[in-house]
Amino acid sequence: MAHPSQLGFQDAASPVMEELLHFHDHTLMIVFLISTLVLYIIVAMVVTKLTDKLILDSQEIEIIWTLLPAIILILIALPSLRILYLMDEINDPHLTIKAMGHQWYWSYEYTDYEDLGFDSYMIPTQDLTPGQFRLLETDHRMVIPVESPVRILVSADDVLHSWAVPCLGIKMDAVPGRLNQTAFITSRPGVFYGQCSEICGANHSFMPIVVEAVRLEHFENWSSMMLEDT
Amino acid sequence: MSGNFEEKIKNYRTAPFDARFPNTNQTRNCYQNYLDYHRCKKVLSAKNQKTTPCEWYRRVYKSLCPIAWVQKWDEQRQSG
Repeated sequence: MAHPSQLGFQDAASPVMEELLHFHDHTLMIVFLISTLVLYIIVAMVVTKLTDKLILDSQEIEIIWTLLPAIILILIALPSLRILYLMDEINDPHLTIKAMGHQWYWSYEYTDYEDLGFDSYMIPTQDLTPGQFRLLETDHRMVIPVESPVRILVSADDVLHSWAVPCLGIKMDAVPGRLNQTAFITSRPGVFYGQCSEICGANHSFMPIVVEAVRLEHFENWSSMMLEDT
Repeated sequence: MSGNFEEKIKNYRTAPFDARFPNTNQTRNCYQNYLDYHRCKKVLSAKNQKTTPCEWYRRVYKSLCPIAWVQKWDEQRQSG
């Protein structure tokens, strides 16, 4: 969940997001180093009194400033590809949930055993209780068991939406007529917020996503309770 | 073989990874299992055999396919 004056990513709640966080830190550090170096060189070149109008070429420095960027790029590409393939690993999910985007709410379907389906509307600002987050809370949360691989199939009923939860490192477009698959594991119990990430009409900003990761017994109790209610 | 199959159904958690559909787009996976279930049922019923082997396809398509899609296809099948 985001906090005020936040500059970086939200705290990771899944192993993939942790990797993405570390990769971002690694790449950003390289970027800062290069920018500092370039800025220093520019300032040094501008203020220096040592100039030689007759320098025409220099093999050594040409070699250095060709090889060094190539090496830096490889140092960035290797972790990047590692994470890319990590995200694509064949996992064996324990649970499949369908997240269907509508105008303007999400509906979740848990149909592995029984037919459980429910809608998840944003709680309007005037109905919030103290301590709840504005524009982020929903009446029904998507509850999942913690530390279990979960497969999410994202689709939409009408127009394009996008199911995104930053803590888990997930963003998947919801396209009508298409079933997009993504998977994750939550490393800790908690409540993770996200928002619709594809413009979908007047209330695009008002259809949040809340994922709640709980222990397996609580998940089983919750799903029995939801089945009885519907 | 049937013993294994019954165990597989009993231990069913969710649709497993299907190598025919390794990518993000699982639309075809859902649709294929739906078709496979109904074809399997049709063929076995025509031969007056039990349709238990078709149960796997039913579980998989129920896991993967949105309820609205299944209802729409069921209506389409009923109206021919």
